[in-house]
Amino acid sequence: MGTYKTSDFRKGLKVQIEGEPYLMIEMNFVKPGKGNALYKCKLRNLIRGTVLDRTYKGGDSLESADVEEIASQYLYRQGDTFVFMDNATYDQYELSAEQVGDSWKYLKEGLPCSMVLYNGQPIIMSPPNHVELKVVECEPGAKGDTATNVTKSVKVETGAEFLGPAFLKEGNVIKIDTRTGAYVERVSN
Amino acid sequence: MDKDPADFQPTAALSVLALRHALRKRLRSFFDDRGFIEVDTPLLSHDAVVDLNIDPLRVTVFSDPTQPDVGQTLWLQTSPEFAMKRLLAAGAERIYQITHAFRGGEQGDRHNPEFTMVEWYRVGDGLREGMELLGELACEMLDVPAVDQCTYREAFVRHVGVDPHRASAGELRRAALASGIDVPRSMADSSRDEWLNLLLAELVEPQLGTQRPLILFDYPASQAALARVREDDPPVAERFELYYRGVELANGYHELLDSQLLEKRNREANAQRAACGKYCLPEESRLLDAMRHGLPRCAGVALGFDRLLMALIGSRYIHEVMPFPIDRA
Repeated sequence: MGTYKTSDFRKGLKVQIEGEPYLMIEMNFVKPGKGNALYKCKLRNLIRGTVLDRTYKGGDSLESADVEEIASQYLYRQGDTFVFMDNATYDQYELSAEQVGDSWKYLKEGLPCSMVLYNGQPIIMSPPNHVELKVVECEPGAKGDTATNVTKSVKVETGAEFLGPAFLKEGNVIKIDTRTGAYVERVSN
Repeated sequence: MDKDPADFQPTAALSVLALRHALRKRLRSFFDDRGFIEVDTPLLSHDAVVDLNIDPLRVTVFSDPTQPDVGQTLWLQTSPEFAMKRLLAAGAERIYQITHAFRGGEQGDRHNPEFTMVEWYRVGDGLREGMELLGELACEMLDVPAVDQCTYREAFVRHVGVDPHRASAGELRRAALASGIDVPRSMADSSRDEWLNLLLAELVEPQLGTQRPLILFDYPASQAALARVREDDPPVAERFELYYRGVELANGYHELLDSQLLEKRNREANAQRAACGKYCLPEESRLLDAMRHGLPRCAGVALGFDRLLMALIGSRYIHEVMPFPIDRA
């Protein structure tokens, strides 16, 4: 595995600290007076999402993290395990419910997802920013159906529930923003 | 790297470039009004300043264009100091210049490997006069009524709670650890100067010049560079720096005149460079010849022109005040 010297430090670098992968999200070069250079870094833990502040001095180095991002698709769920497939190699990867987090709400068969592998093991998956899902269950529309400020809960094919406008019916396909979980629009009836 | 077709654009607004032009004119009249002459010395030199933490860039001056890698190694100046002091030794009395300087490996929010430096020298000046002239310039350029002054020691006592001239490396280390700043893991066996540097960067500098510009002076003798050391107890380097809102703008010296002392400092700096794997720099120079011939008592200052403009317009990023930083150069 390679190492990065301080002179290679820049935003976007993936490094390994105490056995865990980090993304360098900020790097400030500081050099007071005629003193030696200091590199003040903010690093995000790619597994836990926590942010670490670390200062390095000129000549220090960090191990590079074997982190790669692959295109994959969601296959199926088996109990608490979610199974994905690498689109290029057809290798299958399993993620736990904890690793998938709230994203389970968007996982329908065949959904393209990006996945981050650390030392060949999946650590994070992210669904596309927008996902289209079919409504499978919903309350009948309330009175004043057409009012746009009335919302109701609808259940979609993945089993998750979202808030949407009162006019939605079973069988509708709706678009959800996966970053916020917000309803965007009705795609088809 | 992928080239972005919009990269031909300057990173500084044209309105800022107009301010750059205005600031340059104001600096010139400041010096012209005081009887200085503007000089124009070469960017490429056989000589280079020998400093542990300054890494000059090399250029091969070839004579045969079919063998462009064969020729003399010259250095891009890290400041015009050597050439200007040679002019002082030759009889010049008040000189300044606004020129480009180059430092390898220095790139960040406030650094670009190529930057603009204002440098001046006045014969007859000591520490006090050198600081006064820098203060006058800061008042005029930054449009403030006065500047503050504070010794390096006072600043450390106030912001770190240690005496920087007397504390041991261990005491400085404990002060750093107790302060809650992140201490590089590799610093365990660091020298006093490295600890002072970390404490200065993290705890002292951010507090300097928050109200109005501040001149920090009387540096540790171990950080004299090309400044004279005054034999107080403990001895201090007659070096001074201008800070404004936590940012270092200028560095000045009551200049070292003793060629033998400079030879010694050059040897020590080269040994330190070698110890940390850096290339060595030529210790012999025409500046040493000039000092052997006789350099008159003088003070000189190097001021970062880009940073002065940043301070003036309240910018945090050097690329906002220069048209083409290195990635677009």
